[in-house]
Amino acid sequence: MTRDAIRDLILEIIEDIDEDADFDTLQADKPLRDQLDLDSMDFLDIVMELRKRHKLQIPEEDYPELATLDSCVNYLEPLLADA
Amino acid sequence: MDTQFPRIVITGVGLAAPNADNLKTYREKLLKGVSEITEIDLRYFGKAPAGICDFNETKYRKKKENKRGTRAGCLGVYCANEALADAALSIDHYKRSRIGVYVGLTEHGTVETENEVYNISQFDYNVDYWTHHHNPRTVLNNPAGEITMNLGITGPHYVIGAACAAGNASLIQGVQMMRLGEVDMALAGGVSESTGSFGIFASFKAQGALGSANDPREASRPFDTSRNGIVVSEGACIYVLERLESALERGAKIYAEIAGYAMNSDAKDYVLPFHERQAECMALAMERAGLAPEDIDILNTHATGTKQGDIEECKAIRQVFGEGKNTYINNTKSIIGHAMGAAGVLELAGNLPAFADKLVHPSINCNNLDPECKLNNMVFDKPVKLEKVDTILNNSFGMVGINSVIIVKKHE
Repeated sequence: MTRDAIRDLILEIIEDIDEDADFDTLQADKPLRDQLDLDSMDFLDIVMELRKRHKLQIPEEDYPELATLDSCVNYLEPLLADA
Repeated sequence: MDTQFPRIVITGVGLAAPNADNLKTYREKLLKGVSEITEIDLRYFGKAPAGICDFNETKYRKKKENKRGTRAGCLGVYCANEALADAALSIDHYKRSRIGVYVGLTEHGTVETENEVYNISQFDYNVDYWTHHHNPRTVLNNPAGEITMNLGITGPHYVIGAACAAGNASLIQGVQMMRLGEVDMALAGGVSESTGSFGIFASFKAQGALGSANDPREASRPFDTSRNGIVVSEGACIYVLERLESALERGAKIYAEIAGYAMNSDAKDYVLPFHERQAECMALAMERAGLAPEDIDILNTHATGTKQGDIEECKAIRQVFGEGKNTYINNTKSIIGHAMGAAGVLELAGNLPAFADKLVHPSINCNNLDPECKLNNMVFDKPVKLEKVDTILNNSFGMVGINSVIIVKKHE
């Protein structure tokens, strides 16, 4: 999966969680939580969706890797290389 | 009722019924006998008549919150906000720490659990796919808690589990907490999301107690010889309760004053009702209200359309009211189905406007009255106008032998 595809995947999952989420001014290098209406339960939703869609088991200690859009892409790129 | 306690009044009503999302429309449809019971198709179970509420789910919270929470929470949040608006009451009128939220439930968590089991069935029953939302959704205080989160209420919240007497039981709880001075305002009522559970339909069917008809609007037919069971509905109704003096002070509209109430137990059977205890419950509520049977103007029955349930309640009414000529008897479930945990309060709400318009809304779908259900002054098909309506008695009974009766009176 390309970096762009991974980025779209994350945004699609966030949109499923909150269809009112506004991505227009989203800064990819800033924490998602500071910019969107997301809390810890929502991050668990992102983890669950990645598990359901791509059979990814993300260990709890890696959750901080999902903090920003850029860090999500960096973390997921090798895991989704064959997806 | 003991006059040393403060007098408690209903000053706001918020509701979602299968035929209306506000009291005005609801009353109009009840007077005309307009049922909007429809047919739904449930996972595993198939088709069944049911009452589904059509209301603005995002009027008071975002879709995101509705997704995270429960249908019961969504119904509760809508009704709580509608009740406050109806009462013309700002949430800051009373200290938020002095507001209590009491919500009646027949059951809770059934829908969410069924959904999750279905969800993991898509993943070979691997529990890694079980949602982290399960616990906050299924804790029993969920619907009441969702109301407090939405409104920023920091006073007590909890639910009362009381089968199909739960709406009345929570209204009683709210009144009691107000009387004890625990809170200064209460949001009290009941909620039901049971139409989302195939198990509830399947269980009623297995008992031979699930109503059916070619036209779903005719499936709920209490007192009719052909009645064959309950029509499950979702619904909710939340009241604003205030002390009389507080309500008068702010010039509130007063729907009714709580005159008396009672609850008791059959101590007898898991599902079969028992007229002796129901009669005792009605008698106790009247005694506490300082009223005699001839003082009751409208009696809103619990009757659900099951063979024995309707007969038992009519026996109880006959036992208490005899050949009474003053009391007019109706049934709301014939029009809206059985809203379970919301039933008592939703049905009472549909009758509250009678204090103003003096009309008794009719029961429908009774073409051949079961002789064992015959009572004086039963109101069918068309409303009856009375010379006066000063008191309403509402029955609400439930499984495992639980009975509740509430009597409200007109505030002059």
